[in-house]
Amino acid sequence: MGSVNEDIRQYILSEFLPGETASNVQDDTPLRTSGILDSMATLRLVGYIEERYGIEVEAHEASVDNFETVGAIASFVAGKGGATS
Amino acid sequence: MGTTVHLCDYLEASAARFPARVAAVDPDGAALTYRELDQRASRVAGFLVERGVAPGDRVGLALPKTTAALAAVFGILKARAAYVPVDWSGPAERVRSILTDCQVRALIVDRRRPDLPDCAETVILLGSQAGNSPPLSAAGHFDWESVLQHEPFEGNIASRHPDDLAYILYTSGSTGIPKGVMLTHRNATSYVDWCSEVFHPVEEDRFSSHAPFHFDLSILDLYVPVKHGASVHLIPDELGKNPKDLARFIASRQLTVWYSTPSILGLLGDFGDLARSDYSNLRLVLFAGEVFPVKQLRRLVSLWPSPAYYNLYGPTETNVCTFARIPTPVPEDRSDPYPIGWPCSHCAAMLLDSEGQSVDAGQEGLLYISGPSVFSGYWGRPNESAAAFLDRGGTRWYNTGDVVKQAGSDGFLYVGRRDRMIKRRGYRIELGEVESCLYRHPAIMAAAAVALPHAEAGVRIAGCLVASGVNRPSIVEMKAFCNRHLPAYMNPDIFVFLESLPRTSTNKVDYQALIRQLQQPRPSTGMNPLLEVSHT
Repeated sequence: MGSVNEDIRQYILSEFLPGETASNVQDDTPLRTSGILDSMATLRLVGYIEERYGIEVEAHEASVDNFETVGAIASFVAGKGGATS
Repeated sequence: MGTTVHLCDYLEASAARFPARVAAVDPDGAALTYRELDQRASRVAGFLVERGVAPGDRVGLALPKTTAALAAVFGILKARAAYVPVDWSGPAERVRSILTDCQVRALIVDRRRPDLPDCAETVILLGSQAGNSPPLSAAGHFDWESVLQHEPFEGNIASRHPDDLAYILYTSGSTGIPKGVMLTHRNATSYVDWCSEVFHPVEEDRFSSHAPFHFDLSILDLYVPVKHGASVHLIPDELGKNPKDLARFIASRQLTVWYSTPSILGLLGDFGDLARSDYSNLRLVLFAGEVFPVKQLRRLVSLWPSPAYYNLYGPTETNVCTFARIPTPVPEDRSDPYPIGWPCSHCAAMLLDSEGQSVDAGQEGLLYISGPSVFSGYWGRPNESAAAFLDRGGTRWYNTGDVVKQAGSDGFLYVGRRDRMIKRRGYRIELGEVESCLYRHPAIMAAAAVALPHAEAGVRIAGCLVASGVNRPSIVEMKAFCNRHLPAYMNPDIFVFLESLPRTSTNKVDYQALIRQLQQPRPSTGMNPLLEVSHT
């Protein structure tokens, strides 16, 4: 679980928050409602997660509930049975 | 068809010719016929006129995209008022600054926005309220349902004039305050009539309406189908951003005409699973608002081979003013972007250099446009309005600020901008407006916004910041701050903190030096040191 959190955090930091200090993105930092993940960024993150964890994310699943925080995204991936290959 | 004076003449003519045909379809599939749409619009107009809305008054529209919003648009026009569409889910401060700038007389607003109604003396409320907010009921507040019971407007149609103001579209302003582009009925109908001439719409056509009403692409979506007795299929924001769902929507509604920015068409090609469904009804794919990257266009055309593709160009101030048919398929070896083509029949174009002299064939120049579709001015900004035009031989020419050159027989090729305005996801952005937002953060002493070209995103915005104290705000904090004050498409992709901003000899921010600084990679990693993630 921890490594999934770290992996997602790293992706978000490098893609959408270049230059940010890693500790500023905690497991409970709001991402969707704060504008860090806008619609375009969310699409790219979904694409990354689908490929990285071999899962399929339906459009309606990329919701604020599932994608608001690193913690929520990691739980969502775990719930989908996602595994790193 | 009789002479068109007003946009609502299109609706009234179609309601007479095709009363039972479907005019508009809601996101959930509920449809309104031409008779129903016209009747609802007349009742809205009757209500507004009784509430004192007079010809020339502005009426704000803060609604998600539904057939009710469309009836509201036509109702406002029937009252000879002008509609002012705003992003109904946008930041309160920006929306309120627009509604107060043009002093809306009335406001038609979704109940989920209880923070807006005090901007007008007459407020019509639509939809269901948000779960936790108190119900709105104050003097001057009316339910949409009760408005639809009002006696229809029976005004004097002969008093309509083509130079009546029809709508105001607000675009990004360099001072930080959006500016209102005023468009008359003549401006819009001359464009709609050109669309008829080139795209030959028929009453069996099913048009997409992807753009929000505050975006100029909506003018084609709303009025061309209505003029021809065709149907328009309204796409709400959330669906509009979601390529898989959107692709299913286009197939299931059997749309025949699609119009949007290249951004969303690119997403449809890349993520829409277009091979899965049947799109054989689609006969026209129109795009405008930004340059379509050729790689993405090629992929889209390979998945949707049969429609005719058109690149439309024009600032909000002119409506569409040049266009080019894109020959398909897109050749494998083509990498140059397609031209914006030749002027439409309702426009004339000329190229001038920065001294106002004509340029030689094949040379770059600023594009000037004249014709009946060109706007009348910016709301309440006489100086900026005057500065936007050049008088040549008794004709008013609008300076688009776009640099183009003639590309042989293919017409004009877009080269870039002369000023600090950029296009992102089809939206116009004045970098100055982003800057003034950054300056409002209490911990920021100096700020500059620059645009950096980017292979996939087209362009990225960088916010360059100097903190006033030792404790600089985090990037997460800056991102969230901008999200509260700016639309999502204006939120910078990159924030960097600097000791100071580079300055020119005249003490102006040296934007070119900033761009160079941001594009300098560290030799060891290939990354710009300002953009590396820090783990300390």
